[in-house]
Amino acid sequence: MAHEQHNYLNHQKGIWSWLTTLDHKRIGIMYFVAIMSFFFLGGVFALLVRAELFTPGKTLFSADVYNRMMTYHGAIMVFMVIVPGIPAIFGNFVLPIMIGAKDVAFPRLNLMSWYMLMIGAAITGSTLFLENVDTGWTFYTPYSSIKTGLGVIPMVLGVFIIGFSSILTGLNFIVTTHKLRAPGMTMNRIPLMVWALYSTAILQVLATPVLAITLLLLIAEKTLGVGIFDPQLGGDPVLFQHFFWFYSHPAVYIMILPAMGVISELVATYSRKVIFGYTAIAYSSLAIAGVSFLVWGHHMFVSGQSEFAGVLFSFITMLVGVPTAIKLFNWIATMYKGSIRLDAPMLFAIGFMFLFTIGGLTGVYLASTGMDVHFHDTYFVVAHFHYVMVGGTLMALMGALIYWFPKVTGKIYSDLAGRISWVFIFTGFNVTFFPQFILGNMGMPRRYYDYLPTFTELNQMSTFGSWLIGTGFLVGLYGVFYALLKGKEAGNNPFGGKTLEWTTTSPPPHENFEKTPVLTGGPYEYR
Amino acid sequence: MNWFSLITATSFMPVPATKESGDVDNLYIFLLVSGLISFIILIGGMVIFIFKYRRKTEDQKSAYITHNTLAEFLWSFIPFVIMMIIFAWGWSVFHDLRRVGEKGDVEVHVTARQWAWTFKYANDIEINSPSDKKLLDDPDSTLLKPEIVVVPVGKTIRFILTSDDVLHSFYVPAFRNKMDAVPGRRTTFTFTPIEKGDFTVFCTEYCGTKHSNMMATIRVVDGEQFAAWQAEKIAANAGANNKGPAERGEALFKGSLGCSGCHSIDGSRIVGPSFKGLYGNKRDFADGSSVTADDAYIKQSILVPTAKIVAGFPPAMSSFQGRIKEDEIKDIIEFIKTLK
Repeated sequence: MAHEQHNYLNHQKGIWSWLTTLDHKRIGIMYFVAIMSFFFLGGVFALLVRAELFTPGKTLFSADVYNRMMTYHGAIMVFMVIVPGIPAIFGNFVLPIMIGAKDVAFPRLNLMSWYMLMIGAAITGSTLFLENVDTGWTFYTPYSSIKTGLGVIPMVLGVFIIGFSSILTGLNFIVTTHKLRAPGMTMNRIPLMVWALYSTAILQVLATPVLAITLLLLIAEKTLGVGIFDPQLGGDPVLFQHFFWFYSHPAVYIMILPAMGVISELVATYSRKVIFGYTAIAYSSLAIAGVSFLVWGHHMFVSGQSEFAGVLFSFITMLVGVPTAIKLFNWIATMYKGSIRLDAPMLFAIGFMFLFTIGGLTGVYLASTGMDVHFHDTYFVVAHFHYVMVGGTLMALMGALIYWFPKVTGKIYSDLAGRISWVFIFTGFNVTFFPQFILGNMGMPRRYYDYLPTFTELNQMSTFGSWLIGTGFLVGLYGVFYALLKGKEAGNNPFGGKTLEWTTTSPPPHENFEKTPVLTGGPYEYR
Repeated sequence: MNWFSLITATSFMPVPATKESGDVDNLYIFLLVSGLISFIILIGGMVIFIFKYRRKTEDQKSAYITHNTLAEFLWSFIPFVIMMIIFAWGWSVFHDLRRVGEKGDVEVHVTARQWAWTFKYANDIEINSPSDKKLLDDPDSTLLKPEIVVVPVGKTIRFILTSDDVLHSFYVPAFRNKMDAVPGRRTTFTFTPIEKGDFTVFCTEYCGTKHSNMMATIRVVDGEQFAAWQAEKIAANAGANNKGPAERGEALFKGSLGCSGCHSIDGSRIVGPSFKGLYGNKRDFADGSSVTADDAYIKQSILVPTAKIVAGFPPAMSSFQGRIKEDEIKDIIEFIKTLK
């Protein structure tokens, strides 16, 4: 302890100093602890849902209990884990350091965002003990507004508050990126992780208010009986879907864009190579963000909206495929003639590309109207979005965790633990979700408590896979504790990264840099 | 399972049973093959690079390649062209599946409600599915036996869908077609069957407790069998009209009104309270009040279900106002009187 350096972890002491901290790094860690707890809870619900589906008929729970678990699994994972996940944890920690800033633009707002997430999560979580909700995470009307219990009100109120957390974080990141870049860091020199977070922030600020308004309208309908969505009062139930997906489709990109940012960093560092097509990757993030606002109707091809609307949304949805394909090609081109090391984070990056490619290609099936009619609301869709969101985002989250762990804590995360975790998670994902594509082909609808005996084997395979995923994440968690207690000292730049965070100490000092860095070139200059 | 036939996409999809479903399968094969090729190019390339450019010495340098305009143009433009083909093809298939304006040779009004489908033919034949019998011997199974809806092969069939309560979705995997049933709206599900046989209908829009149980069976038969089936049903309907009020009430209870989906007659709890021993006995309500179940109470419960909520049950029932006739209410009450 005698020669311990001065850093943000020992800058102030005590639990109160954490709860009132304005340091983006500490807030990032607080997000990590909170979001990982939610992830654990959502994961337990996932395992229970899969366990129930091990056999047709009743395996463990009644239909009502199953429907509730399925709802909480979805709502927790979407609103409390995958949407805030990478931006709130790693975005908070690395964004200011990567652009050479001392902190985010509005540190108090940043702390407030964390508290809003906690308050929202507490209100939503309270329904677990008060009155369980069984609507599914999409809260479709009129089921949510007239056919189920009052638990929906606190549930969506919590999500409403969590939405504000998301908006404030996004606002903070936009201003930080524009105003606090170090001298010499032009917009075309910022790391791709920052570009991804910046594009995500735009989505958060513009799309989330629509969700907030929609949920308020739902509460108004449920408490005051105003007829917005309820056909018995002259409302339109499909209108809710339009509002809901106007947020929730861009939200898919709020989930995946930060993951893409992480992958860009990992591929460059572990290939020790300048990133291929920096501009294309950077601007394709903005293109994805822009187009994602205009595709929500593809969730509604069979909702009774007009055929013309379906065709138009199908066309625009196809366009999202192009910038996505550009990113994949660029990452792979970055590996060409590189100097590649398969450390655990790189394995997660490769796993991301593998799973995301399957998720992306099957997305084309669903974007094509004639094909979607068959697959809509079947297990094919379940498999598709788990490949994209879970396979993509959680792979990146694990990669990011191991990659930036030394920077955050000063300790090295055991590469062996990372690799074992990867083997379980990667294998588990494919065993769990690939059979679900086949179930979708066979016509098994989603959100089913019970199913025909012909679907049994594939469901059992899927449930078995879920245990592998669970094991993989437990190994990953073990790795965190092991590294904290027994990890080796990291040094400032253990992996040979070229972005600014690797030029400061590990862990960084309170204000990130002893001396403000000055940039003379772009990131990833491996020559 | 025959893994080879994955390539031809025939082993997992149900038999294509309508004119349109073969076109969907052709599009599927194109998607599968083009997707497989794209996957091999991307992931195959990635795997080759991993092994070929593996770092062998710690000071190994990499090439400095910032971009390549031609390559970037090609890998943007080629996917764009392929996706436009898939878009246009999908549109053409979609157009055949929808056929919104077309009148069918046989038209059936389909009403969805929690958790049953009612099929009503132009000549008043009515099928309510599923039945109240279990589908499987398994005591844990919650699936009920789907009732059979008969349609003729080779004709254009139009189902006109609506819903009485929440969103449901009418899905027949073998037809590759699906349409939501939306309260307050009419949507259509048009198809031309080319294969005879039984095809399962699922509900694919989550609709509550018994969502997974909302099944029906569409039986495609030739024209003569269809005519015979209709004649038989019409005769059975005529017979039912000659029955006493309690028997007519029982038919309504189990059939078109679908009461048996939520209310048992043997005292067991399903979704709503059982009707066993209801008539003439005391009912306790959630607000603490109580009343003796008589004609007026039962009528009110059918028309304004939320007026009095039985203690311990959710206010889940929707009103039958406009769906039930005055005599039918009387028949139901007569039937309930028999449930001692």
